Formats: sequence, structure tokens, C-alpha cells
Amino acid sequence: MSELILLRHHEIADLNRLSVYREHGGFKVFENIVKGAMEPATLLNEVKSSGLRGRGGAGFPTGLKWSFLPNNIWPHYVVANADESEPGTFKDREILESNPFQFLEGLMIASYAVGAAMSVVYLRGEFYQIQKNLDRQIGELREAGLLGENLFGSNYSLKLITHLGAGAYICGEETALLESIEGKLGQPRLRPPFPAVAGLYNKPTVINNVETLTNLPPIIEHGAAWYRSFGTEKSPGVKIFSLSGCVNKPGNYELPFGVTFRELIFNYGGGLPEGRKVKAIMAAGASSTLIAADDKALDTPMDYESVQNELGAPLGSASVIILDDSVNMAWLVNKTSHFFKHESCGKCTPCREGTYWMTQITDRIVHGKAGKKDVDLLNDVARQMQGKCLCALGEFATMAVVSGIEKFRADFENRQGVEIHG
Amino acid sequence: MNEFLDKHSDEVSRIIGLYPEGERRSAVMPLLHLAQREGGYVTKRAIEEIGEIAGMSSTEVVSIIGFYTLYHDQPGGRYRFQVCTDLPCALRGAEEFLQSLCGNLGIRVGETTADGLFCLEEVTCLAGCHRAPMFQVQGDGEITYHENQTVETAMALVDELRKHSVDHSAKASEEGR
Repeated sequence: MSELILLRHHEIADLNRLSVYREHGGFKVFENIVKGAMEPATLLNEVKSSGLRGRGGAGFPTGLKWSFLPNNIWPHYVVANADESEPGTFKDREILESNPFQFLEGLMIASYAVGAAMSVVYLRGEFYQIQKNLDRQIGELREAGLLGENLFGSNYSLKLITHLGAGAYICGEETALLESIEGKLGQPRLRPPFPAVAGLYNKPTVINNVETLTNLPPIIEHGAAWYRSFGTEKSPGVKIFSLSGCVNKPGNYELPFGVTFRELIFNYGGGLPEGRKVKAIMAAGASSTLIAADDKALDTPMDYESVQNELGAPLGSASVIILDDSVNMAWLVNKTSHFFKHESCGKCTPCREGTYWMTQITDRIVHGKAGKKDVDLLNDVARQMQGKCLCALGEFATMAVVSGIEKFRADFENRQGVEIHG
Repeated sequence: MNEFLDKHSDEVSRIIGLYPEGERRSAVMPLLHLAQREGGYVTKRAIEEIGEIAGMSSTEVVSIIGFYTLYHDQPGGRYRFQVCTDLPCALRGAEEFLQSLCGNLGIRVGETTADGLFCLEEVTCLAGCHRAPMFQVQGDGEITYHENQTVETAMALVDELRKHSVDHSAKASEEGR
């Protein structure tokens, strides 16, 4: 593929300036659809036909998500999820910093498609500088007549605001995110009702990830068939793979779905440091099921279906963390357990207590103080949590634990008095 | 009388105006960010006054501060160095980096230097995994990212901030005369 679709700033300098983005065709799509080139229903069908799926991790079909909004309850809201906090994920940040207008245009297209007159960008608190820039950029769009009342003489009006979080991984969960915008603790809501029916301020709401939205302008410009020419049948299009861990060239790589782990690691990521071998892969950040990196795994195409069906691991947000043969998996699980314990919102007991006990047991294991039964106990605690938590965070917290013990049990076996390091 | 509102009346109305009519509670998080810009933490008085503006009890405001890690209700170092030691960063030496930084500053994680300028905190993922070791500095009402760091670059930043704060206080006392 010669041209990039999302990380276009790699090819076009200063794309984060409105004038440059417009010189390269920016906001034509939005202007045309608002002027009547495409009815919202047609727009929705185009997105459905493109096969675009949510890039935040769940992979839910975007067009279908939009179609759940009832047309007898108003107003509708669109919320862009820019809470990017999964360890190993740094793709949305690059889009927001370097190609922000394509993201904003995508958000504006989504807003028009569902008839939202106000949409919100929810940013993690650490994206303080990004918020400052986005606020300025939104101001530029207002001045350019691309946001505001009766756009291009139509009866469509749109206002965008940013809302800055303040440090809470859980706010990436969509109902916790909505609570946070409403000025409450970021704790997930009971569902149903789903946000599509009762979301922000109890009104129908679409929540889409930054990368998902950034796909929209090119999809509408070039059409669903064009988009489907990239990727696989069930996972069409391109994905930004955030590659980190034990590789020579960590970074974001925009590639079509279906590229293999081996290609990502060796053709793009520059391979591993001299003398090191891939031991395991996490495909979905800290929330991953650990994949033992044999030849079969390395040659598995990275699309939602293949990774799940052939390796039993979700592709999630495609935050690929490479673990080499020097990494002990008990140490790794201790790391992820501490992360999830810190980020558990405390609302439901299995997650709040389970993540705590997992840190206690894995601390004993890595400090060489574990008893004979501690590995089984750890496995038991994790399995007891599964299927019982209010949201996915609790489930995610168990993934590396259970798969780590299953595939790398020797790493966990007690060595009295021996400390384990990374 | 609401001192916070008097002092920041324009900014407070701008913030409230962002959200739909009747949804003042949504303003609590931006108001807390605003309050924290001076002094680096939210004072007891600001908590009460923000509660009044957002239509919440002080207890509710305190619970928001407690839930979100970037809010502080106690003074800390003027510059909070927040080093990510999560898995991807740890694989690139973030833990050793943090330990050497402790050694260089002569403090442990969670402590503040004797001059009150710097504290070191260990934080979770900051979305900078590919440029580890990395940290953010929360201070003077801003958050800035510092990536691809070594102990030398981090200590150079410490020196720069120290110099900045000395110049700043010298200037302030001169103006005060």
C-alpha cells in the first residue's frame, strides 16, 4: 500500500494545520454531505457496507452501532472516546497530535449521520496539551464556518466540546466515560439500558473511538467498496498497530488487517535485539490473553477472526507488546495485576477484591515467598472473577493471569527465596 | 461570597456554557482543573465553592478528587514527576530509570525534595510506551510529556526548573519591593 489512510501526516507535512488539511481535500466530505449530497440514512448505509468496526478494542460494527439510536428520543449525542489508557496503546494520541482535523471531520460526519447537534471529545486527563490544541482547532473550525449554526445554509447546526478526564483507565469503558462527563465518579453503569437509548444525560448516544472516527472521511470520500479493498473479508480496512516492548523499532504502524505478527515485528518493527527470541505476544495491551510465540502464532494474520479463532486471544485494540525470552511471565502478571488493581473502580466486588488478591499472591511469587499452592490459588482467584464482573475491566484483569499460568507455568513455580525480575 | 467564582468569573461562565442547560454538574471536573492551576492542589475552600457552583455537596466534590488520580487535595512538590513503570515502559528500563532518578534527587518514590520543588510518583500508562523511559510533569498548571529520557536528560530538566523557580521568586520579591 503506497498511501496511508490514517497516519497521513507521515506523508504530508504540517497536516495538523487547518489550511494544510483543507489543501489536501479536508472538510469537502463534510461540506458536501451537509449540503445534501448524502442523506443521513445513505451515509449510515455506506458506513455499514464499508464493514468498519470499532477500533477501541471491541470491534463492533460502527454502522450497526449508529443504527441503534431511536428516532423518537432527542437530542442525540456523539462522544469521541479519546481516553486511550491501555498499556501498550498510543495510536489515538498520534492521530490527535498529528492529524487532528481528519479525526474532527470524522466526528462531525458521525454527528451529522445520527443528527447530533452537540458532540463531545472525552480526553484522558494526561492529554492536557492535546485538549489545549483541540480547543484552538475547534475554534478555527467555527471561524471557518465549519461548525456553528445552520451550516452551509442548511438547517444543520453542530457544536463540539472537549472534556478532560483526570486519570482513570476505567473511563475508557463507555458508560463510565459518560458518568465522568456528567461530573460523577467514573464507574460503569448497569446495562440495559444501553447508551444508544439512554446515554449522555440519559439521551441516545453513540460512543466511537478516535481511530474509528478518523476512518470516516476517507470511507465517505472513496466509498465502501474502496475501503473493502484493504484488509480481510470480515475485518476490512486498515488498522494502526501500536507496537511496543522488546523490539528495535517500537511505534505506530498503519497496515491492512491480515498482516502477520511476523511481518509486523520483523519487517516493520526492526526485529528484536541481537540474540533475543520472541517468547510471547500480547495483542491487546495489558488486557491480553498471552500468546506463546511459536511459528504458527507468528504466521497468524492479524485480523479479529484469525487471532481469536487460531490463537484463542482477542486482537482488541491491536496494542502489540512483544516479550522476549528474558521476560518472566510471573513478573509480567504481577505488573498487569498491579495495574488493574490500581485502576479497578471499586464498584463491583469480584473486581475490587479479585484484583487485590491477585497482587498479593503475585507479589509473593515474585519475591520468592510463595507457598506450594499459591499458583493454583492465583489461577482460582482469576477464574472465580471471570463472568462475574460488572464491566470488561474485571475480565481483562484475569486474561494474562490465566493464560500465563496455562502456557508458562514453570515461570510461576515457587522458588523459595528467589526474587524474580523482568 | 464565593471567592473562586469572583476570581474566575469569565472562565467559570465559559465552562458552564459548554454543557447543556441544567447540567452544571458536568462542570465539576474542568473547575477542579482550574482550581488546581494555582498551587497545584485544590484547597478546602475551593472544594466548597466549586460544590456551590456545580450544585454538589463538598463530600461529592471530595469523592471526585479522590477517584481521579490527577487531582490533589494536599500540597505536594511544585513539580510532580510522574514516571510510568507499566509493562511496556518497564520492558524498556523504566524501573531502573525511576530508581536512578530517586538516587539523584535523594528521595524515595512518593517523597518531595527538601526545597519543596520536586516529588517523584510512579504512575500507570501514559500512552508513551514506544518512547520509554518517559514521564510527565504536573506543575505550574500544566502537564508536559518528556519522552525517550535518560537520567541525564531528566536531571537537566530538574536543573532548568530549579533555575526557573529561583529566577521567578527573585523577580517576585523584586517586584514586591
